[in-house]
Amino acid sequence: MSAPSVQDPSMQVPTPTRGDRGGSLGLARNLGLVIALVVLCAVGVITAGDRFASTDNVLTILRLAAVIGVISIGMTFVITGGGIDLSVGAIVALSSVWATTTGTQAMANDIGWIVMVFSAVLVGTACGAINGVLIAYGKVVPFIATLAMLASARGLAEIIADRKTQIIRNQGFSDFFGSEPFGIPVIVIMFAVVAAAGWFLLNRTTFGRRTFAVGGNPEAARLAGIKVQRHTVYLYALLGTTCGIAAVMLMSRTTTGSSTHGTLYELDAIAAVVIGGTLLSGGRGTVVGTLFGVLIFTTLTNVFTLNNLSTSAQAVAKGVIIVIAVLLQQRIADRKT
Amino acid sequence: MDHPLLAMRGIVKEFPGVRALDGVDLVIREGEVHCLLGQNGAGKSTLIKVLAGAHGVDEGTILWEGEPVTFADPQAALHTGIATIYQELDLVDGLSVADNIFLGHEKSRGGVTRVKDMNRATRDLLARLGHSEIRPTREVGSLSAAGKQIVSMARALSRRARVIVMDEPSAVLDPGEVDGLFRVVEDLRASGAAIIYISHRLEEIRRIGDRLTVLKDGRTVAGDLPAKETPTSELITLMTGRTVSSVFPRRATQLPEAPPLLSVDALGRDGEFADVTFDVRPGEIIGIAGLVGAGRSEIIETVFGARKAGSGTVSVAGTKLRNGSVAAAVSAGLGLCPEERKSQGLVLDDAVYRNISLASLERFSRHGVTDATTERRATHEAARSVDVRPDAPDRIIRTLSGGNQQKVVLARWLLRSCKVLLLDEPTRGVDVGARAEIYALIRQLADSGVALVVVSSDIDEVLGLSDRVLVIADGSVVHHGPSDAIDASGVLNRILATHDQKEDVA
Repeated sequence: MSAPSVQDPSMQVPTPTRGDRGGSLGLARNLGLVIALVVLCAVGVITAGDRFASTDNVLTILRLAAVIGVISIGMTFVITGGGIDLSVGAIVALSSVWATTTGTQAMANDIGWIVMVFSAVLVGTACGAINGVLIAYGKVVPFIATLAMLASARGLAEIIADRKTQIIRNQGFSDFFGSEPFGIPVIVIMFAVVAAAGWFLLNRTTFGRRTFAVGGNPEAARLAGIKVQRHTVYLYALLGTTCGIAAVMLMSRTTTGSSTHGTLYELDAIAAVVIGGTLLSGGRGTVVGTLFGVLIFTTLTNVFTLNNLSTSAQAVAKGVIIVIAVLLQQRIADRKT
Repeated sequence: MDHPLLAMRGIVKEFPGVRALDGVDLVIREGEVHCLLGQNGAGKSTLIKVLAGAHGVDEGTILWEGEPVTFADPQAALHTGIATIYQELDLVDGLSVADNIFLGHEKSRGGVTRVKDMNRATRDLLARLGHSEIRPTREVGSLSAAGKQIVSMARALSRRARVIVMDEPSAVLDPGEVDGLFRVVEDLRASGAAIIYISHRLEEIRRIGDRLTVLKDGRTVAGDLPAKETPTSELITLMTGRTVSSVFPRRATQLPEAPPLLSVDALGRDGEFADVTFDVRPGEIIGIAGLVGAGRSEIIETVFGARKAGSGTVSVAGTKLRNGSVAAAVSAGLGLCPEERKSQGLVLDDAVYRNISLASLERFSRHGVTDATTERRATHEAARSVDVRPDAPDRIIRTLSGGNQQKVVLARWLLRSCKVLLLDEPTRGVDVGARAEIYALIRQLADSGVALVVVSSDIDEVLGLSDRVLVIADGSVVHHGPSDAIDASGVLNRILATHDQKEDVA
């Protein structure tokens, strides 16, 4: 915890408080996550030695983490605001396909590769906004509304792409996203920027504060003059935007747009958010925790891969981690009441 | 058999920050209908949950036929012979009538349910209740509210309950169905069961009650009264009467001559209230008095835009507010401390300072970025000015007492420097000591030029606090005048006069 600059009377109160969820990085609160990550790294070093503890491998982990990471940050907002979104993987697929059609690519060749980025982000945001409107104004429960989006967005992606993988032929796009300024891949930098922006938005802005209030007690938020429905739309649109960004990152990593991109990403993103300590019931959320959640999963995958363990074994380990994290969370919730 | 069937003595139940039951005595005899009276928040619901085994007790004893008992869980209470029919009926909509009745004690052999036995037993139970027209195999979700209630009662019977607790059973029924309900209650009593009947409709208590107990502020203020003979005025006085030492601050001697800040003109909502008109000038406190269900909260929530008005207008400083928009009301300078503080007023798991700044976030931000230092300083100042204890801005609000939670809601609107403050039951669930502080704060706000509207079921509170009072009965204003020109019995007479008129018409 950082030392408060103003004299803070709460410091003199002996009763424990949950602390300021925004004021510091909350390392103490995330202690369990830090330990888990350290243990994983230790296992990596012991079992794989330099193959694990090398700059190249760390960048590999971060590159892996980037796509899911960006989505998970958006998901943190939606879940903190009391919702859930199952359609993120499908939105990634649709965004990637839309941004790589021959039409879009032709425009990109004329105007510039940024057109592809814009169209992916725009499509993602639009899908998210549709989710939000259905949920906030149509009163469809989030689970169902986003399940419907999951089905239809992926279906639409298949129709547009005719189930074919669309190769990106725009050289500018490949050059930009393939570059590594200061030895760091562009998508890792994007991940860092989105993470920092997400943390700032949740902890340092009125938007973030309203998100906590809307998720914690929507009725109290409404009676305090907050436009709860509109805010809900913003939350889902924001998640859609991060899906669009993730689609761009995935396009650059695979140099393709495809209707099969992002399959089951919703599960990875929700798992990372929940492990990070964001309450599924809303009202409490942490971007830092989510980042740890993402890093724990990707590091786990990396360690298993380096040791030539099967993806099936990885899946089992993932499941165990999720259960442990949720059990711990329930303990915390029980203590509260 | 000298012992009463059930006796509760000195029951105390505390929740974090509030003493919900503070010495309740209740004696139930076999074969009686015992009515439980009290305002909202008097502790009726908590008492029911204690009886049902859903809450443990902190102090006091429960005697069953003279033997001390404790109910560790609902199963234990049921086993002893107490069944509860909740207001929110606790039936599973997707299951059949018979399945619901035998839920938790299914007739089975070797784990296989004996559907025929259960259906037959259900038919017998429903016949006993005079409702053999309900088929045991019917899905409960397709029944009316009255039908569901019958199923709940059949379930209580199937448990061979000797005490049946009914929590406002008539609230969801139309008059014809209420007659049916009363017939069933009579039959149950004739069969030797005791009924604890909770309602705030006095005429019902007169019709079927034998004896009654009145609760106020978590205490038994009167027990063992005859239900039919006790005068209505005495009952209402018992329920709403003055609390031990509530000191009201002195009124402002002279109100400044100023145009009204809040003008409510012919406001109405279908089936709730009609033609409500009043003005509030800066520095003035308007009290709204009336019994539960008279439409008080509905009026105040409509003024705030949380409910959409069917007719009439609300204006602040001469400007009409958009109908049904809380955001418009808040930006025009209105604030509301809602009746249900926990569910409507506070983000319970959030810090004190964040609850205070909730309605003024724009003030502490530039281009949407919050300025933490200013926010903390200002919220802390607001918290101190209303004396929130402990003085700990980071404290989670759930852990504060009721009185301090209420002060946080006040601080929220104080910080926004709102022009009109609407207070719905400002001292509900607040202990006596903190009440005087809240009264003083309300007067202080008025002195600083805020226009206030205070709603309360405590008639003495309304009269002691306000400059002018509106008396509401059955959704209409039956009296409007200066508070020092009327006393509690005057208010009651006006409320009762309306009730009598209605009875004459009916």
